[in-house]
Amino acid sequence: MSTDSGWETVIGLEVHCELATQTKLFCGCRNAFGDEPNTNVCPVCLGLPGSLPVINGHAVELAMRIGTALHCEIRPSSFARKNYFYPDQAKDYQISQYDEPINANGSLELPDGTLIGVTRAHMEEDTGKLTHVGASGRINSAHHALVDYNRSGVPLVEIVSEPDIRSAAQARAYASELRGILVATGASDGRMEEGSMRIDANVSVRPAGAAEFGTRCEIKNLNSLRSLGRAIDYEVARQIALIQAGEAVRQETRHWDEAAGRTESMRSKEEANDYRYFPEPDLVPLVPDAAWQGRVRAAMGPMPADRRRQLSDALGGSASEAEIDQIRAVVDLGLDSLVMAAAAAGAPAAVALARASNELAAESEAGLALPAESFSALLALEGSGALSATQSKTVLHVLVERGGGDPAALAKEMGFEALGAESLAAVVAEVIAAHPDEWARYLEGDDKLTGLFTGAVMEATNKQAKGKEVVAELRRLRG
Amino acid sequence: MSGARELAAAVRSGQRSAREVTEEALAAVAARDVELHVFLEVLGDEALAQADAVDGTVARGEDPGPLAGVPVALKDNLCTRGLPTTCGSRILEGWRPPYDATVVQLLRAAGAIALGKTNMDEFAMGSSTENSAFGPTRNPHCLERVPGGSSGGSAAAVAAGFVPLGLGSDTGGSIRQPAALCGVVGMKPTYGRVSRYGLVAFASSLDQIGPIAGNVEDAALLFDVLARHDPRDTTSLRHEAPPTLDAVAGGVDGVRVGVCPDLIVGCAPDVAARVYEAAEALRAAGAHVEEIRVPEFAYGLSAYYLIAPAEASSNLARYDGVRYGLRVDADNAAAMNTATRTAGFGPEVKRRIMLGTYALSAGYYDAYYAQAQRVRTMVVEAFERAYASVDVLLGATAPTTAFALGDKVDDPMAMYMNDVCTIPSNLAGHPAVSVPFGAGADGLPVGVQILAPALQEALLFRVARAVEAGAPVTEWSA
Repeated sequence: MSTDSGWETVIGLEVHCELATQTKLFCGCRNAFGDEPNTNVCPVCLGLPGSLPVINGHAVELAMRIGTALHCEIRPSSFARKNYFYPDQAKDYQISQYDEPINANGSLELPDGTLIGVTRAHMEEDTGKLTHVGASGRINSAHHALVDYNRSGVPLVEIVSEPDIRSAAQARAYASELRGILVATGASDGRMEEGSMRIDANVSVRPAGAAEFGTRCEIKNLNSLRSLGRAIDYEVARQIALIQAGEAVRQETRHWDEAAGRTESMRSKEEANDYRYFPEPDLVPLVPDAAWQGRVRAAMGPMPADRRRQLSDALGGSASEAEIDQIRAVVDLGLDSLVMAAAAAGAPAAVALARASNELAAESEAGLALPAESFSALLALEGSGALSATQSKTVLHVLVERGGGDPAALAKEMGFEALGAESLAAVVAEVIAAHPDEWARYLEGDDKLTGLFTGAVMEATNKQAKGKEVVAELRRLRG
Repeated sequence: MSGARELAAAVRSGQRSAREVTEEALAAVAARDVELHVFLEVLGDEALAQADAVDGTVARGEDPGPLAGVPVALKDNLCTRGLPTTCGSRILEGWRPPYDATVVQLLRAAGAIALGKTNMDEFAMGSSTENSAFGPTRNPHCLERVPGGSSGGSAAAVAAGFVPLGLGSDTGGSIRQPAALCGVVGMKPTYGRVSRYGLVAFASSLDQIGPIAGNVEDAALLFDVLARHDPRDTTSLRHEAPPTLDAVAGGVDGVRVGVCPDLIVGCAPDVAARVYEAAEALRAAGAHVEEIRVPEFAYGLSAYYLIAPAEASSNLARYDGVRYGLRVDADNAAAMNTATRTAGFGPEVKRRIMLGTYALSAGYYDAYYAQAQRVRTMVVEAFERAYASVDVLLGATAPTTAFALGDKVDDPMAMYMNDVCTIPSNLAGHPAVSVPFGAGADGLPVGVQILAPALQEALLFRVARAVEAGAPVTEWSA
């Protein structure tokens, strides 16, 4: 728990997740990123006089999925109005769940097994987007601002953690795991760069072993896992330095400046808004009954932690460090179902995992679209010795390009056929004859030349030769 | 102008054309509205175009709807597509909504003709229509008196004979009180019976749109057109009920009427006398009349003047100069907000925004807003106890007949007292109606109020019709 410096860091994260619904939270406008400004708007999300909100049932369902995945209690809930003036806010209040959130008292398990408490995961609407126009584009020197209300009313779920996180690395692990869960539930596309997931961090420090929390600062504008980690490291150092210099940490909201690599004060506690929350009279309370909750739970697939466990089990339950990393990568990318399918069809799970985390991961979207049967059949060919590993990888690349197909036919089309031991010996002999000087040095023990001979054999056999067998033949000839 | 049912029947049968009826209404407005100032906007061309469409429907032998060719006055807080909707405020001057309120759509579908937008207290905050930014409306029965408010324009439009029907909105009595002062029928439905979509919000948990008419049956006819579930308003009820118009003439034999002194206390003696006379009329018609006390009603006014301003402070935040309506430019966005709102809102609106903001503030919420909600619950429970022994309640609508213009503008508390008898129904979400019943000592109209439990509109109209039938004949009701 305590750090080497004698200080302990205490972190709680507030993650805003934009829900991947077709339409907005309270109206039928399209929920889409990147459209022409102010094209997905209507009287409701523009807050025109007389308009009224109507809750989007699919958004409620996605919020319940998030709550279920985070082991929350799903409760009868209601909406409130959070009142404050800001030009990006069409009604000058935000409709948000306040004292009665839909999800409460949950937890998230990090890949290393640490449990982080989830206080609540509640629904609210997003604001519009302000663009300051002026000399430097910064808010203080802007001449005027443009508002795009396409984002106004986009459904959000805000997931608030307990102050259970103890380091920047753990904060990153939490955010990364949460992102995986949000994608797995279908609640979010997880695209941090498009603002689908935005993070605020509450950070404080205290002497190791202290019972009381230190004074916290809330850091805003963390748009990537990298920013999250850097901002926490900066903030922890800043707070420790303040205390060591005999000064007090002021409770305040701070802005992360990614370019400058530092946090800057935005407003102190005294300057904070009084939001004057009160129950939203335009919406009736939300009471998801047991049947609805049951349907939501039944429609959910396994979460990343479950899927990692499944892969690990398929490997025989004793994954190496490298394999644990591969498992995480494969689950993050959603390639685990391919690996599981191949393993179920008889392929060695370790090879399937390696192919998925290396070759398929590099193909991004196209890799995900590869039919499981093509992948399984290819690994079966490789396992039978009909294809070398190198050939198999080449075929895999073409399979992905073509969106699938029969790997045996494709291998034949590419001229890949198994090479017998005799023909391999003949090719090796030819290669040696063509490189007499190098062969002499190899015989004297220069192992660096192994690569040259292997490469030449590969080229001569159209990659049919297996690297390991070539090396074995070279060693045999050296005696 | 004749009643809505007669007009609709004449237009539906082809006896009269909608155009002729509309032209007649427009002519009456042109002749007299200069002195009354009922309309903020007369929809001349639009109304005639609509009338022609109705006549076309009749000519084709199709059903033009139950309100075929009937001119209707719309309170100016109901959104009308492409047509000015000001709420009596400078801050919305020039704004034209891109959509129609649900009730406006329902009216058009029923064949009614939207004749114009009527004057009102700014954002429905007031009881005299003097808080309109565009000048007051005068009472058609006496030009020196107010028509009541906030739906004073719609009530006066019906009283003046410009239109047989008007739409108002009632947050604390804003349909019933002007109806009483103008000598017409005004009814507030059960909260949720009529869609609020397109009604510019004052206090969302209390606002309800309702009919204003020359007689009870016309009010019932209009209510039946408006009472529809609307998926665009989450608080709109799914309640299927037969048309109230069919039940209006059913009589009050055996109906238990509770005369409620707590809805009469504080009224002028002439007004109180009319209420007791109305009770006698009901008794004569066969009702069981008894006295019933509901002392909790006395706290309604205080609760209302915390809850309504609190909601209003939030509902009116959007008038910030950014997107529509008035903008007064300044150095930065916050200063522009302040300058716009300072110039755009009148003193009563500002007073209520400040009251409401205070009531919701950190440290005061529990003492004011939350306490007011507890009182609201107490009033609801008091109604429940009362309705265990009676079917409807009877009381006054307003404490006096129409008062003089300027009389109460400098005394907000005196103005607020006008709502003391009407507020309990808003707090409970129950229906209530004001029916003209004779005149006060000054010869001006008096309204008596009938209150019924939630969803009991049919019973409400039935009792109202019996009161109407038993009312003394006056110069204007003759």
